[in-house]
Amino acid sequence: MTAARTKTQQEQWMVENQVFQLFDLFADLPRNAKSALVELQRDKHLEYLTKGLKRLDPSFCVLDANRPWLCYWILHSISLLGDYVEHEVEDNVIDFLSRCQDPNGGYGGGPGQLPHLATTYAAVNALITVGGERSLSSINREKVYMFLKRMKQPSGAFRMHDAGEIDVRACYTAISVASVLNILDDELIQNVGDYILSCQTYEGGISGEPGAEAHGGYTFCGFATMILINEVNRLDLAGLLDWVAFRQGREGGFQGRTNKLVDSCYSFWQGGAFALLQRLHAILDEQLANYGPQTGVASDISGGEESSDGTQVDDKTCHFKLGGTNASCPVNLNSIGYNFVKQPGEMEALYHRWALQQYILLCAQDMEGGLKDKPGKRRDFYHTCYSLSGLSLSQHSWSQDEDTPPLPNAVMGPYANLLERTHPLFNVVLDQYYEAHEFFDTP
Amino acid sequence: MESDEYEVMQRVPLRERPEWSDVTPVPQDDGPNPVVPIDYKPEFVETMDYFRAIYVADERSSRALNLTAEAISFNPGNYTVWHFRRLVLEALDIDLQDELDFINNIAMNNSKNYQIWHHRRWVAEKLGTDAADKELEFTKKILSADAKHYHAWSHRQWVLLALGGWEDELDYCRELLEEDIFNNSAWNQRYFVITRSPLLEGLEAMRESEVSYTVEAILAHPENESPWRYLRGLYKGDIQSWVNDHQVSLLCLRVLNTKSNFVFALSTLLDLLCHGLQPTQEAKDVVAALEMSGTVEPDSDLAKSVCFILEHVDPIRANYWRWRKSKLPHAT
Repeated sequence: MTAARTKTQQEQWMVENQVFQLFDLFADLPRNAKSALVELQRDKHLEYLTKGLKRLDPSFCVLDANRPWLCYWILHSISLLGDYVEHEVEDNVIDFLSRCQDPNGGYGGGPGQLPHLATTYAAVNALITVGGERSLSSINREKVYMFLKRMKQPSGAFRMHDAGEIDVRACYTAISVASVLNILDDELIQNVGDYILSCQTYEGGISGEPGAEAHGGYTFCGFATMILINEVNRLDLAGLLDWVAFRQGREGGFQGRTNKLVDSCYSFWQGGAFALLQRLHAILDEQLANYGPQTGVASDISGGEESSDGTQVDDKTCHFKLGGTNASCPVNLNSIGYNFVKQPGEMEALYHRWALQQYILLCAQDMEGGLKDKPGKRRDFYHTCYSLSGLSLSQHSWSQDEDTPPLPNAVMGPYANLLERTHPLFNVVLDQYYEAHEFFDTP
Repeated sequence: MESDEYEVMQRVPLRERPEWSDVTPVPQDDGPNPVVPIDYKPEFVETMDYFRAIYVADERSSRALNLTAEAISFNPGNYTVWHFRRLVLEALDIDLQDELDFINNIAMNNSKNYQIWHHRRWVAEKLGTDAADKELEFTKKILSADAKHYHAWSHRQWVLLALGGWEDELDYCRELLEEDIFNNSAWNQRYFVITRSPLLEGLEAMRESEVSYTVEAILAHPENESPWRYLRGLYKGDIQSWVNDHQVSLLCLRVLNTKSNFVFALSTLLDLLCHGLQPTQEAKDVVAALEMSGTVEPDSDLAKSVCFILEHVDPIRANYWRWRKSKLPHAT
């Protein structure tokens, strides 16, 4: 006799049953049937996405304040699939988002709505995804900057909108937008790091507000923010890595929090944290070197001497290692995102890429198009976007550099499953990111 | 059932209500060819058209207040409507107790959006310390249906910090953990209480009793990650005490001796070794016993052996354990 299962155990057990049933079914299939099941249903996904861009049924009324998000989720998904929308639709996107742009800066959830940081992030990413001069120049950067300044709090954090909530999401969306638009400056980043740091919990992950529970979405947001403001070395990266490593479950997918259920959207939020960690090898090593019995204080001091001296620090780690205040190594805040993807990933991804891809393809795909949270749930644009984003990161996680395509064994299913590469800090497809970077780089 | 339907049918369109006859609705400026166009229900369109009219005119009246309620019922995620509602509430000097009831009704069906919680915080802040009990009750009710509700927990923490009401919080955590020891949100709240409650003496003073509580929880369910992370958290900022506390290493050995559900015990032992724990002969024997029962080759370096075992018994994290092995500080 075992004691009765708790609610957590019961729910976990049910999901595992469903998932493993699918895996068993899959394992028993002949080879060609197998490969058909893990095939990415490109045409179906594109059909589902393109339809959404053109018409949404009345149940979407509850997302009426999230329309730039819908644009971004759909357009970014299409872009990951290596496709484009018709020229006319692109024009319609630009025109529609211009109507969401507030005369005083930033984008609201729909025409005439208050500007909001999250929808500003979504609109800017959507416009970058569309690309081209007309799209990129439709963003009023000076006004966006003023909006960001208005949302900035004395504590360092940001508010989502006028008199709105303050959290880690707001920090990420503000900093991401500023960085990608080349308007990030010392004033905007002031004390942001302190706020994010106060949200790293005893578990190792990051919470939405100080004191709350470590959570995948906020962990990605806080982590990416710290990189973009050049203060990532202040986080306990080994602790963060340990926490996120344990978020991958036997189902192959990631859960958002300890003892919660798997959900395909965390393929990006948690998988993204791994993609970021892959390029922070040097800082991780440095933090690990401070472990151990005879290190501790002594090694902290020697480490400090090295840094303040400046001579021992090589160029590559320089802009991550030192804060923006260190004059011996001046940092261009706005090139951090660019340099981050330009440097080769030196470390293998530390999660089970194959298991994640299997979960996404087998458990999260709706064969009629679109992706869902888990078996038994319904597809939606949010999960489609973040499942595909996570799948892309996973497929590309072993590429030494951007010009070398992943080896066939990095891609589960037919090689045609390979998606476009996405920028792990901003989550826009790399080609479009480069175009935007060049466009906004000119002062 | 039938009477409900009847009531829905009975919604009088705004254009037919005399009190709105002076207002010209403002349609949404979607442009000629909008993308992601929503096939709005007619009553949604009408409500939002009237809302835009009073929003643009900045009319802070009681009919405006009623209208925001209607708009919110159609889409509780519209932060612009909520924001304007707060402006109206401030202008009208309305009894905010009623506002709490209004939020209760909205939260019944849709408690997972940021807006209602932000609004609730705004109202509670205005009501001050008198609202503490009601707010704690409210979150308790939400948590009784969904014990891991992120917004509810955040709100509860804010209430405690801003308005007080810490007296029963540790008991509440205990209750929730008795119900479901795997509830990580309850563990997180427990950590919040022991580190922040003004009624307690802080982490260090609480450590001893908390360690006992946690050890017991781990022994009952060694596969439960939450108390393992909590245990480590109890020594936050004081790694040396964690390494030196025999209770921690003994706990690991006890679990490892059972030879089942030992991944967290083993990973904790690994962390201890990485932070300088000098392994006892017993620890070496216990790990060696695990090696014997598996296919793992024995290694003279204990931390290395631990990594080897983890790589095999926890294959989903094989990459992570291999990496950990490659980063071991030095021979232990």
